[in-house]
Amino acid sequence: MILDDIRQYLRPGLAQTTFCAGCGHGLILGALLRAIDAEKLDMSKTVFVSGIGCAAWIPSPHIDADTLHTLHGRAVAYATGVKLANPELTVIVVSGDGDLSSIGGNHLIHAARRGVDLTVLCANNQIYGMTGGQTACTTPLGAFTSTAPKGNVHRPFDLVELVRAAGSAYAARWPVSRPIEMTRAIRHALQRPGFSMVECISPCPTHYGRMNKQGSIREIHAAMDQNCITPDQAAELTRAERLQRIVVGEWIDE
Amino acid sequence: MSPSSATDTAKVDAPAQPTSRFVMGNVACAEGALAVGCRFFAGYPITPSSEVMTTMANRLPEEGGVFVQMEDEIASISALLGASWTGAKAMTATSGPGFSLMMEGFGYGAFTETPLVVVNIQRAGPCTGQATHIGSGDVLQVRYGSHGDILPIALSPWSVQEMYDLTIRAFNLAERYRVPVFLMSDEGVGHLRESVVYHSDFTVTNRLRGGPQDEPFDTVEPDGVPPMPRFGDGAKLLVTGSTHDGRGFRRIDHPDVHDRLVRRLVDKLEHQTDDIVRVERYHLEDAEVAVIAYGFTARAAWAAVERLRERGVRAGLLRLQTLWPFPAREIAALGSTVKRLLMPELNLGQLVLPARAATHTEVVSLTQVNGLAISPTTIMERLEAIR
Repeated sequence: MILDDIRQYLRPGLAQTTFCAGCGHGLILGALLRAIDAEKLDMSKTVFVSGIGCAAWIPSPHIDADTLHTLHGRAVAYATGVKLANPELTVIVVSGDGDLSSIGGNHLIHAARRGVDLTVLCANNQIYGMTGGQTACTTPLGAFTSTAPKGNVHRPFDLVELVRAAGSAYAARWPVSRPIEMTRAIRHALQRPGFSMVECISPCPTHYGRMNKQGSIREIHAAMDQNCITPDQAAELTRAERLQRIVVGEWIDE
Repeated sequence: MSPSSATDTAKVDAPAQPTSRFVMGNVACAEGALAVGCRFFAGYPITPSSEVMTTMANRLPEEGGVFVQMEDEIASISALLGASWTGAKAMTATSGPGFSLMMEGFGYGAFTETPLVVVNIQRAGPCTGQATHIGSGDVLQVRYGSHGDILPIALSPWSVQEMYDLTIRAFNLAERYRVPVFLMSDEGVGHLRESVVYHSDFTVTNRLRGGPQDEPFDTVEPDGVPPMPRFGDGAKLLVTGSTHDGRGFRRIDHPDVHDRLVRRLVDKLEHQTDDIVRVERYHLEDAEVAVIAYGFTARAAWAAVERLRERGVRAGLLRLQTLWPFPAREIAALGSTVKRLLMPELNLGQLVLPARAATHTEVVSLTQVNGLAISPTTIMERLEAIR
């Protein structure tokens, strides 16, 4: 169901999204559009850039504005060109964890280092969805994927730590089960000059949920929500323990 | 839509006294880009192209443009693609390994019809090879290096003056046909220092933006160039590297849409070879043998032909200023008037392959891959041997 408050931002003629049942990406689209509505962005001066993968289809073709659906991993580099060539445009990158932080990881950290005024939404479903559930650089230790049939043996990235170390002005992390906080974080990211990233934790019931026996989408959302901890709680944990939790909140660098 | 009506051209006012300067080819390339309106440069350092970038880093801000040093060559061409959709004329410069990385972005630029200019100062490959030495081993890569069927426009300068002039032409062709255009130079011409005039005696071609009734990704004709709106003008563009219809919607399971798009993107260039392909002819009127050459090697070929003429040998030179689309018609015509053709190349025989396909006359391949330029004497001796 599309609510009337965000319908005006959707491209006319599209009946539905291409996302699987239970996918969190539609909720990220909703949070983004509500943040845009609250910030009263001029959509004729806003460009949405995405890479390749399920999350890259969040803006393209759904959002009724200029959209640049680029190559795998390159969204942030294209967005850098758009923003530098015309600083009057608001440039928002929406893409997935594999796209932004694995194949595109170098572009992500360098954009954060440069401090170009971009707002990046990373839809993190902890797996490669479009290609069939392969291990991502964000897959938790021990989780099952189609390329880790006995469980993932490599540590995942902490994307907030990653972009903060590289110099981001603003970083935040919320799961789609907390849409109000996520929307507020996107608003703050849009308000903040310089490089901002909001990591949006999003379930992939089709692949991750099925291979890790996560149950129904209701159960997945409940478990996701219970797994959230604050930065203060995270400070009491070891790094390995932290990586199994979702540390939520905002990290602002002055 | 004919290419001339697809663009608007404006004559630049000629200055009172264009002065002659003594500069490096790479510097003249950057000045040509600035003269024709390039206002965005993204790049990554690589020998022997870096002087293009360092000149742009100094000069672009003076002209109100944007220079950015990116984290690698993939990011560089990606930034160009983004910048071009804001309406900016954009350029990068690279060599061998960086050029390989840029094949990805070339595919995106060709498929989304995004104008930009890539300068390749070719060095001795493969791999890291000899970074400071001359080669021309990328002239088939530019044609076939990106996956799928793509026809590039590739130009080949042989002098510092042409580093200026052909950079201007590269931008005009990019804007006219909405394509990435390659300036396939080499270390010899890039690092050569000679006199150049930064003249204003050229027209400037700018892409057409079109109107609401135009589709940004298709034309009525099956070989046309659609107008290109830009970001921020309210066109609500859908730009995608997936197969798309005229409005930009992904159509990834429609055979007819894919077939039409792939063919149009090749045909819009292949049907305009009269406009794109340029060659120069020296002493060909009565030649019995002729050299086909391009880039720095063409200078040696010219010297070889001049010396043979002094000895009374009826030798000639066809210099390829356009490498792709390939000057097949010009080579076919030449083949019908000479006994044999010689093609010296700084690779193991790359453009000799389409040359042989273009003519029934024997095309002898002269190859050199030691990082040194081919000497006039080498070409002269081989010409005498085959005549």
